[in-house]
Amino acid sequence: MSLNIKDNEVDIVIAALRSDLTAFMEKWRPFFSRFHLIIIKDPDMEEDLQIPPGFDHQVFTKSDMAQILGATSINFSGHSCRYFGYLISRKKYIISIDDDCLPARDNTGTLVDAVAQHIVNLKTPATPFFFNTLYDPFCKGADFVRGYPFSLRNGVECALSCGLWLNIADYDAPTQVVKPNERNVRYVDAVMTVPVRAMMPMSGINIGFNRELLGPALLPGLRLAGEGKQRWETMEDIWCGMCAKVVCDHLGLGVKSGLPYVWRGDGVDVKGAMESLKREWEGVKLMEEVAPFFQSVRLPRTAVTAEDCVIEMAAMVKEQLGPLNPVFAGAADAMLEWVKLWKAAGSQGA
Amino acid sequence: MAGGESSHAVRSTALLKDEVDIVIPTIRSLDFLEGWRPFFQPYHLIIIQDGDPSRTISVPDGFDYEFYNRNDINRILGPKASCISFKDSSCRSFGFLISKKKYIFTIDDDCFVAKDPSGKEINALEQHIKNLLSPSTPFFFNTLYDPYREGADFVRGYPFSLREGVQTAVSHGLWLNIPDYDAPTQLVKPRERNTRYVDAVLTIPKGTLFPMCGMNLAFNRELIGPAIYFGLMGDGQPISRYDDMWAGWCVKVVCDHLGLGVKTGLPYLWHSKASNPFENLKKEYKGLFWQEELIPFFQSTTFPKECTTARECYIELSKQVRARLVKLDPYFNKLADAMVTWIEAWDEYNPTGEVGSAAADVSGGPAKGK
Repeated sequence: MSLNIKDNEVDIVIAALRSDLTAFMEKWRPFFSRFHLIIIKDPDMEEDLQIPPGFDHQVFTKSDMAQILGATSINFSGHSCRYFGYLISRKKYIISIDDDCLPARDNTGTLVDAVAQHIVNLKTPATPFFFNTLYDPFCKGADFVRGYPFSLRNGVECALSCGLWLNIADYDAPTQVVKPNERNVRYVDAVMTVPVRAMMPMSGINIGFNRELLGPALLPGLRLAGEGKQRWETMEDIWCGMCAKVVCDHLGLGVKSGLPYVWRGDGVDVKGAMESLKREWEGVKLMEEVAPFFQSVRLPRTAVTAEDCVIEMAAMVKEQLGPLNPVFAGAADAMLEWVKLWKAAGSQGA
Repeated sequence: MAGGESSHAVRSTALLKDEVDIVIPTIRSLDFLEGWRPFFQPYHLIIIQDGDPSRTISVPDGFDYEFYNRNDINRILGPKASCISFKDSSCRSFGFLISKKKYIFTIDDDCFVAKDPSGKEINALEQHIKNLLSPSTPFFFNTLYDPYREGADFVRGYPFSLREGVQTAVSHGLWLNIPDYDAPTQLVKPRERNTRYVDAVLTIPKGTLFPMCGMNLAFNRELIGPAIYFGLMGDGQPISRYDDMWAGWCVKVVCDHLGLGVKTGLPYLWHSKASNPFENLKKEYKGLFWQEELIPFFQSTTFPKECTTARECYIELSKQVRARLVKLDPYFNKLADAMVTWIEAWDEYNPTGEVGSAAADVSGGPAKGK
């Protein structure tokens, strides 16, 4: 990769929702092995983790979490366990990839180093204030097009990098049910900045972020009543992403979307989507309230850090969304609790 | 079939062939049309010859076309011809004006058929039509890009109430080979070529401006024709090479107000000619400075809710240009005049109630929030 990536700048956080991580980690070894890994075992999981040798890693289990955090109202089970990893990391950048994803191949057949691509995304500026039609202008072979204001060509710091998935795309349960055989085979060779004030669903399956800048905003807020272990049974990352985007927009930071791709496969139980659907469309229904809310959030100028922003947003969530559904009141509480935890266990000490 | 040395057969099912006009401004030659023949021949062309009208530019055989030079424009529009630029590709606006079709595709005469990564020739017009016929999604960004494309969909978390999308008003295509750079960038990177084929179409979010290039562009004339005037540029004007930029900023704010969509991405074409960067610098020099003021102007432009058509929005916009931009340069007074003249000409050729006064079907917007 073109940028100088220092090993000690990066933590890779893996939420282990399956016990045998051998195949996952072997496939990622070429790209993970130089970095430190924080592996969080799903507190609901009984079995021990199987991790192949040769990785610089730490594993955190339910009891570790209890010991470090003490009593907390935040539920770190399932996909949310990764947030514990975000909390206790001390690195500048975090990359997080679901444990049922493997390296993808690009259009030349080469394996994609998703870690390196996320870091490139985070280390090069974002351009949220004006759309560049040739996408990432800092990419080799591209630039700003005619008509792009020069005063905006410095860009801003990128705080969040959202990657994509080949094979099984991150669809909700209804879409999975309607299109059980659809596979994403289209490799779109672009990274782009999501413009300011544009909202998007952030999929937690494949992300990277600047923990120093954005850490407090990458939070486990919204927990569905029927949350499960399949991605379409969760909204934690969608909620988190909306918070993060609002914070970035307010603080003048950038969010990118596009490369890198990962290959999402076997662990995804597509047939199970029907079962999820039969239970309820909880997450789908909630988005109808969530989207307009986040689109209308305006943070005060006095909010100058991610922490400040989260505290302000928590109050707004409580006031405006709380009355609509208890799950929102829970989210507001979780956001405040998260900031508390962040201050205690998460802040950069040394 | 004339010029059919390649084995391409003219498609028997040219999409919407009676509803599309292809508008081509030219000052050099139309030889480029030969390469486009398999894709363009079923369609009607409107050719605007810029520059010296006494020069002959011939159209390859077998095309159905109208041809206008400056004398024709002056004769047809009379005094209103003042709004049509001379010696600038913004003269293509005349073609938009007198077309009777629902959709326009406009292309520059140095643009050729590109190949996709599989080696297949790209039918740019067909892709534009697909873009215009399928909805846009300006209110929420879909991370898998165009959700209506085969093999894609809305991702988890995308609100269902926004999945109908809105009508697409503009389809902005891209270019392989010579990228559309400004003069300073061309001077610094004379050898850079765009070789990256990005297989995506996406909607530009509401509230976001972009640089709209006129080289490879299609739009729904019924919906936003009056707003896509390419301005007063070229001969006798202090600026050139900002015609499409101006039109793009105008059209985007109008589309945002009316709840219409603007797409960018596919199709690609092959841009073959790099214009002289020193000439370009002279032409666009003022624009490099002015755009710093113009962007905040457009970003802060709002329309009263009584403006429910592109025409009404554009008239309002001309007033705002006059009120707020003249302090930047007196040119903007002339431009505001030209915008008004354009609408007068538009009204004459597109009587109210027929075209350009189509109120946008404002649906699919968020129910609450801003």
